[in-house]
Amino acid sequence: MDRNSNAYTFLFAIIMVIVLGASLAFIAESTKEARKRNVELEKKQNILSAIGVNVSRDQAELDFDTYIKKQLTVKSDGSIDTLVNAFTIELKKEVKRATEDQSLPLYIAEKDGKTYYIVPLYGAGLWDAIWGYIGLDSDENTIIGAVFDHKGETAGLGAEINQSWYEDQYIGDKIMDENGNFVSVKAIKGGTPLSNLHGVDAISGGTITSDGVTDMVEERLARYIPYFKNN
Amino acid sequence: MAAKKEALLSKQNRKLLSDPLNDNNPIAVQVLGICSALAITVQLKPAIVMSIAVLFVLAASNVIVSLLRNLIPNRIRIIVQLLIVASLVIIVDLSLQAYAYDVSKELSIFVGLIITNCIIMGRLEAFALANTPWKAFLDGIGNALGYGVILIIIAFFRELLGSGKLLGFEILGHSGKTIADSTGLYAMGYMNNGFMLLSPMALITMGIIIWVQRSKNRKLIEK
Repeated sequence: MDRNSNAYTFLFAIIMVIVLGASLAFIAESTKEARKRNVELEKKQNILSAIGVNVSRDQAELDFDTYIKKQLTVKSDGSIDTLVNAFTIELKKEVKRATEDQSLPLYIAEKDGKTYYIVPLYGAGLWDAIWGYIGLDSDENTIIGAVFDHKGETAGLGAEINQSWYEDQYIGDKIMDENGNFVSVKAIKGGTPLSNLHGVDAISGGTITSDGVTDMVEERLARYIPYFKNN
Repeated sequence: MAAKKEALLSKQNRKLLSDPLNDNNPIAVQVLGICSALAITVQLKPAIVMSIAVLFVLAASNVIVSLLRNLIPNRIRIIVQLLIVASLVIIVDLSLQAYAYDVSKELSIFVGLIITNCIIMGRLEAFALANTPWKAFLDGIGNALGYGVILIIIAFFRELLGSGKLLGFEILGHSGKTIADSTGLYAMGYMNNGFMLLSPMALITMGIIIWVQRSKNRKLIEK
């Protein structure tokens, strides 16, 4: 067959696309379960580390059931929706819905006889999505742990939000001021003293990601305030 | 029949491996693949993982294109090459997500960016389409190594001077909030150079590498 003819070109293109398409579909399908499990285990691992329980991904499965006593789906008015399973809520979809329609997952953990609350976060960084978990003490005010992660922030700059030096700054900070009003915790460019209970050092060279974290923490936590006020 | 079969690692084939490391380095001499040299050289570890991923994709796509070189219709060759590279990258990405989840997180979006790495298309177009699979394989390995070497050198200096660490270890001592809680060099008042973390310093480091290379290797100096 003439390799410069249109027929050959079309035939080649069609065969090529079918072969590659089929092999990609096959690989995607055969790795699907393993990929899904990794993501789920990581979620459990992150939820646990928000209350200071740092375990390997394999151990997370067991420990999750030990520590996490309740998984609630909270509505924006503070009431509880018993029909939705909190673990399966995809925040990525929820944040796009109108405020009053959102289902808000909340995990309640028990560690050494104390109750802790874990609030999942989801927002936007510089390049792509960022997300995380904030662990609150039983006073529903003091942060006892924070975990952040990102899809595609710049390595060494914005990507530092998932490093412990950044996350640990949140520990001990408070989300309410002395009068009980919600003020959140902000990442402050140029740094802030440790004594500031409502601020942490932002990342040099990662200003937009830091601002993204500030917005995310404020926006997500604010939605749980009606629930915390009621309980 | 053609003359005596060429040895697997003949002098000419060895040159395919060694040339891209110095005389014909894809980054320092051909100035290709600069984008990733800027983006992922803030730390050493992603730079190393990226080099390995490029090594795999470049060697495999070079071999595949070389095998198909007599079948690929000339008019659609670029898009065929792109399709092959893109499929390989997706395969790498999916396998990492399933079996090496931590590495996949480390690389995040940069795996996808391999598709746009100009070195890969450049080698497919300039070499694989005209050479036998074994030669194409060596050429792929050689060029990926040449790319990796530069990436790792830049990342070494950026991580060391920018964050005082190498592969995440604090080799210059620990930098605390105040001089009193610092150790090592930081206790003597040393400070990290935040500018090293920004992209312009990658370009400047790159320029210094090119300068040093040319002062050693006179062949490369343009008249």
